[in-house]
Amino acid sequence: MTLPTPRAFFQDQFGLDDRSLSAALDTALERRIDYADLFFEYSTQDSVLLEEGIVKTGDRHLEQGVGVRALIGERQGYAHSDDVSVEALQLAARTARAISAEAGAGSRAVVSAAAASRDLYPVAQPPTDATVARKIELVEEIDRYARSRDPRIVEVMASCITQHRQVLVLGSDGTFAEDARPLVRLNVQVIAKSGDRREVGYQGLGGRSGFDALLDAARWQELVDEAVRTALLNLAAEPCPAGSMTVVLGPGWPGVLLHEAVGHGLEGDFNRKKTSAFAGRIGERVAAPGVTVVDDGTLPGRRGSLNVDDEGTRTQRTVLIEDGILRGYLQDRLNARLMGMTPTGNGRRESYAHLPMPRMTNTFMLAGADDPADIVRSVDRGIYAVNFGGGQVDITSGKFVFSASEAYRIEGGRVGAPLKGATLIGNGPDVLTRVSRIGNDLALDRGVGTCGKDGQSVPVGVGMPTIRIDDLTVGGTQG
Amino acid sequence: MSELAGAVELALAAALRAGAAAADAVAVEADSLETRVRGDEIDFVKQARERKLGVRALVHGARGTRSAITSTSDLGESAVRAIAAEAVALARATAEDPAAGLPDDGFADASDLPALELGDPADRNVSAEALIDAARRAERAARAVDPRIENSEGSSAASSFAQIAYASSAGFSGGYAAASHSLFAEPIARANGHMQRDYWMSAARSLTALESPESVGRRAAERALRRLGARSVPTCEVPVIFDPLTAASLWGQLASLVSGYAVYRGTTYLAGKLGEQVASEAVTLTDDACRQAGLGSRPFDGEGLPSRRTAVIERGRLAAYLLDTYSARKVGGRSTGSATRSASSPPGVGATNLGLAPGGASLEDIIADTPRGLLVTELIGMGFNPTTGDYSRGAAGLWIENGEIAHPVEEITIAGNFADMLRGIDAVGSDMLWLSRIGSPSVRVARMTVAGSK
Repeated sequence: MTLPTPRAFFQDQFGLDDRSLSAALDTALERRIDYADLFFEYSTQDSVLLEEGIVKTGDRHLEQGVGVRALIGERQGYAHSDDVSVEALQLAARTARAISAEAGAGSRAVVSAAAASRDLYPVAQPPTDATVARKIELVEEIDRYARSRDPRIVEVMASCITQHRQVLVLGSDGTFAEDARPLVRLNVQVIAKSGDRREVGYQGLGGRSGFDALLDAARWQELVDEAVRTALLNLAAEPCPAGSMTVVLGPGWPGVLLHEAVGHGLEGDFNRKKTSAFAGRIGERVAAPGVTVVDDGTLPGRRGSLNVDDEGTRTQRTVLIEDGILRGYLQDRLNARLMGMTPTGNGRRESYAHLPMPRMTNTFMLAGADDPADIVRSVDRGIYAVNFGGGQVDITSGKFVFSASEAYRIEGGRVGAPLKGATLIGNGPDVLTRVSRIGNDLALDRGVGTCGKDGQSVPVGVGMPTIRIDDLTVGGTQG
Repeated sequence: MSELAGAVELALAAALRAGAAAADAVAVEADSLETRVRGDEIDFVKQARERKLGVRALVHGARGTRSAITSTSDLGESAVRAIAAEAVALARATAEDPAAGLPDDGFADASDLPALELGDPADRNVSAEALIDAARRAERAARAVDPRIENSEGSSAASSFAQIAYASSAGFSGGYAAASHSLFAEPIARANGHMQRDYWMSAARSLTALESPESVGRRAAERALRRLGARSVPTCEVPVIFDPLTAASLWGQLASLVSGYAVYRGTTYLAGKLGEQVASEAVTLTDDACRQAGLGSRPFDGEGLPSRRTAVIERGRLAAYLLDTYSARKVGGRSTGSATRSASSPPGVGATNLGLAPGGASLEDIIADTPRGLLVTELIGMGFNPTTGDYSRGAAGLWIENGEIAHPVEEITIAGNFADMLRGIDAVGSDMLWLSRIGSPSVRVARMTVAGSK
């Protein structure tokens, strides 16, 4: 089955032909502006949530809209509407161009043919088209499996969320891009009870695929097993030590360290404005030799991947740090132009109701040569953190945090007792200079990352091999 | 009937015709204008009109009620009929739940809703130029404070005007208008090659109630400047004072701990603690949906129940959980009128205007009464486990020695258990501040672990 392209979809659904699209851009260009673009979106999202053994409710949401943007110098004028019609488009174009007071040269926009595109996430059927009965069946199966794992599991919550977004981007320079973006996600939370103590275990997985990818029993069973294991482990966790110590981070999701410690600080807007602790440091050492960090939007099927970003720029693999030296920033069109750099395909937005900004896609550290077991053995006293909740960063001071949800004491090179969760805090521009070992076990996360910036949320990925960091502040309670 | 109320009635009728035994619908329309200025240059001007409609369909069965929610941003008649029918079809696929359904009775009187000053009609014509001017004044005021303020993330001003219509087949139909306005400044101070940012803001239901742009800019600059030269401190256990901004985050976490959903799911350590002493006697916390011009006020809740005032903690005793109809049925109580609702989400529980009753001491008095400790002015990260109360967050602030501010601190964490923190509150300030739906004065926790340098 061939799905209609987003371009054909918008033409068919809203009567937007090439002429009305270029007319809207022409309206914006009646004022003196550097660039104008249109962003159309039509998205469907649905979810089912199971708790107490039953799917109590389901939901399904349709969202459509268009955003018109006009840029002049550092200024952006933006108007958006959920009315996708020729009239609404003209009104939005007039509102957006008000950012410029001067008359334009009367240039004409050309709507070009779509560039031949790759598809990093081909699906035979959008995941939102799979029947709700199949989604309910999956979470019910997960519930039964989770409860069968251990008698201490007293409650299970499971949800399945699927999304399909069609976007169309047109720019006054002839940019034309369309993208159909599937996104699926499975969440499992279990509560374990022993005596008076209760603990929660949570795991999720997902990516850009059809619904059927979630049906792989080996994959979701492993997910449930992990959630159960974490909850039971936490029942026995001891208070975490406090203070500066050696920390070994496990592979995969602990890569959220990179996202917070360096990723945000390397976004083009903060560096153009010189508000980032990394501003003006390209070519300088910001990490230990051997540390290479990339942002790659082209990984097939990954949650953070995109065929094109939300300004129509093809995504790419961008080297941020190479062998410890700062090499590049993440750019959207506006900031790349103002900095005399090239857009890197990182101009993203939450929806048509938001302005694009430089954002990460999938950010990870390349593998080193060390055996992960040797890395743990190299530590006399410290902690081994293998799973994390979220993090946050102050890009100006460079201080970042990320919160461990599964961690162990290391004593005499051996993994010891499980520890209660604790927040780790460090300084982005120098934390990676204290990376003393890099494992050969690079892994990406399971596809659950969501990044927030300036009130906008976008799906992202992270990854990392096992690494050892000397002297990181661990926020436990035991002094 | 307004267009919005018409869409809601249409959705209800369509859901019932498609086979729903009961239904409710909510529609929201919002006009918004937002601008940001950085230095002398406009960063952006953003303008929008958004509309959304959500329908909940309920289908009765032998063992309970099935339910589902659908929403759309297309309020055309055919789209509304389609999502109403889809909600019914989706509901039929879910399981029967004895607790699901609309409230049985006790609805607000839609013809006599309380006047809560949720907007000033005079503000409706606010122009982009006026907002740009306000942002520019805040930005200039920040930069005029000190030559070390030489950069910023910008100053922004925003206004939004919303109309909300809600109706249910149980017989309630009502609507209201609500505006919100905000001013925000985030300057950067620089000295000796190091930079520090901070912010200040004002938010209100009317433009005249906002703090002046000059004051917002100046206070933001002062907050950024006082962070210059920050350093870590050795790991220790000390009293920790939360300023009104960071103290408000504690009550935000408390709101999630007393939500009826967390209680019946067993994901809050406060489950089963109603009537018990869970905080020190200095703590009295009230959620008041009727606060005049409050940022969380509304004339009825997300299920059409009347807005009210609920004492959550009284002199340290846990007096009530916050409940909507569903969670009330689950925990065996009555709704506290705490239902939230948006077009795309089912009813849930949320605080409206949650405020800690102020005490008698000024923040200066509390600092003077602290021989050695930490004043927290910013918290980052989400290190809080509501099931166990374990708390560990990144912090920045000011170090106190001999009852005086000694130097700024950063790259530290504060950690403890929320239950011990609440019981350890030994001072509550008089400096009440409302910048959001949560209001608080400064509070001091007798003892927490501060993790820092060696």
